[in-house]
Amino acid sequence: MSILVNKDTRLVVQGITGKTGTFHTQQCVEYGTNVVAGVTPGKGGQLWEGTVPVCNTVQEAVKQHGANVSVIYVPPAFAADSILEAIDAEIPLVICITEGVPVRDMAEVRQRLNLKGNQTRLIGPNCPGIITPGECKIGIMPGYIHKPGRVGVVSRSGTLTYEAVWQLTQRGHGQSTCIGIGGDPINGTSQLDAVRLLNEDPDTDAIIMIGEIGGSAEEEACAYIKEHVKKPVAGFIAGASAPKGRTMGHAGAIVSASGAGTAEAKFAAMEAAGVSIARNPSEIADALLKIYQAS
Amino acid sequence: MSHLNASIMNIHEYQAKQLLSDYGVPVPSGYPAQSKAEVEAALAQLPDDAIVVKAQIHAGGRGKGTFTDGYKGGVKVTSGRAEAAEIAEKMLGNTLVTQQTGPQGRKVQTLYFTEACDIEHEYYLAMVLDRESSQAVIIASTEGGMDIEAVAEATPEKIVRVPVSPTLGLRPYHCREVGFALGFKGDQLKQLSRILGGLYKLFWEKHAMLVEINPLITTPTGSIQALDAKVSFDANALFLHEDIAALRDLNEEDAKEVEASKYNLSYIALDGNIACMVNGAGLAMATMDIIQSFGGSPANFLDVGGGANEEQVTAAFKIILSDPNVKGILVNIFGGIMKCDVIARGIVAAAQNVELRVPLVVRLEGTNVEAGKQILTESTVALTPADSLANAAQIIVEQVS
Repeated sequence: MSILVNKDTRLVVQGITGKTGTFHTQQCVEYGTNVVAGVTPGKGGQLWEGTVPVCNTVQEAVKQHGANVSVIYVPPAFAADSILEAIDAEIPLVICITEGVPVRDMAEVRQRLNLKGNQTRLIGPNCPGIITPGECKIGIMPGYIHKPGRVGVVSRSGTLTYEAVWQLTQRGHGQSTCIGIGGDPINGTSQLDAVRLLNEDPDTDAIIMIGEIGGSAEEEACAYIKEHVKKPVAGFIAGASAPKGRTMGHAGAIVSASGAGTAEAKFAAMEAAGVSIARNPSEIADALLKIYQAS
Repeated sequence: MSHLNASIMNIHEYQAKQLLSDYGVPVPSGYPAQSKAEVEAALAQLPDDAIVVKAQIHAGGRGKGTFTDGYKGGVKVTSGRAEAAEIAEKMLGNTLVTQQTGPQGRKVQTLYFTEACDIEHEYYLAMVLDRESSQAVIIASTEGGMDIEAVAEATPEKIVRVPVSPTLGLRPYHCREVGFALGFKGDQLKQLSRILGGLYKLFWEKHAMLVEINPLITTPTGSIQALDAKVSFDANALFLHEDIAALRDLNEEDAKEVEASKYNLSYIALDGNIACMVNGAGLAMATMDIIQSFGGSPANFLDVGGGANEEQVTAAFKIILSDPNVKGILVNIFGGIMKCDVIARGIVAAAQNVELRVPLVVRLEGTNVEAGKQILTESTVALTPADSLANAAQIIVEQVS
């Protein structure tokens, strides 16, 4: 049984009737994900694509259809509200794909998540989603590049993750679960959180961590890896060639003017933690396979 | 409204001061001007006494900067209107180079005139959104009027940080903690509390990322004023604040970056000669990195995003090709939302619209990859296909050198 999502996942799609929600839900259903309901306020009672019941609220989706994971394809203006609704409905895992959510909104969501008694793990926002290959795909990643296996992958990026996953798959090494934590500065699950999950997962034997410039998420994860992780870990940091003070696409990818959050600092933290480092994005799988061979 | 390239939107000092003033933070009287006539009108509103002339650009270090014609200093204290007008003529339309502008400098299109203040002490006061704790943080120091990073290095004990939880908001005890740390008491403590209240309200209501007053001064008569102000905003929240969005100064942004933002493309100009077009910020950064690792020099960061259509891809190509430094292009697309056949059609269309005079290497992978590769093969566009990222980077670096 793989962490977070698997064949027993019962998915509710918030924003299912929108263009993005519809396209990606179709792709996930084709992959084999069990979509039990959708939520679009005002369209409750309808059937999406003639098959999936649409509800007005997340509560309904939980009560009437037993949803236990939610994915959110809601525009930035309303995404935080959708997350908060799912948290209140006590959905254990919420994945927010939306890019462009105001940072202040996420600060408020984070404060809500930090409250005692919170039942929800949030992944994202601005993330590609989670996939347990062969069992359950939630998000926008192309299914075909993945294959079932025992390497766990965590990343802030979307397409850079696909790059690494494709390298692994082509070398014959499948993935246990790939977690896209997203590129925003304030999010639900950090590199450290995801590495910990993969470390504690009996179906994961090795870990790849893909980071970016900005913030200290990778440094914190490396401190954890140094103390607690015996499984082989490989890593890559994108943005070594980026100039200081500019936000490189992802809201969280910025080396501050004072020099905090550089690629060098993160590579150094990886080195200190014994992580096998890919200095080149085309060598991410190689960096792992140097220290890990599937039995 | 068009998508802002960076996630942070900056504004000028004179705009920041207006906002602070709107929120009840005392600032010295000041007036902006963008022409000789406006200079006259602005100066007429100030007493014919010590007047400060300040060049307005989105960069710090203006006081120590030098204009490209040799004139020194972007911030000048003058004795009155006549001298201020003379200095204004030297600054307006001139290009100012500071430590933060890069060697090409920034053209000064706006000046700001304020009455000079007698200063008893200079403090530092700021509010930022701290990503680690997801709270607002008040940062204050008795060491104002200088580079706060230098203070943080040399004398970190002189900086106080007070976090404010968004759920509870700013409370009187936060203000007291800051005030006592700065050595304020009595009436000045009350003034500071009012200032912090205004600061927090502006910061939270308008989705600011940073509100910085450096220096915040006390005068000999005991009043507190903001002598300089820097405010920046979360670009993702501008759709909620038309008034803030209207403060955007396109002249402070690279023309190519502004053009890109019209098409919802994320573009950053760099110094090199190998342009890239990639989908996804992480992969775009990694593509720049690998070009560099093979000895090449990236000309730009360009993320076409997850939903780029043919029009956007065409626009991206045109923007890239408008950079005279570009000697080669690497297109690296890994399709998730982005479909390889869409990008392939966009490449073909763009190449047909714009004279493709430089080598083009295209690497496609992901959703609809076979359809995409077929479109490229069947077209008449001169390009080199590559199968892997390393292969693609190697080829383009070779073709450009």
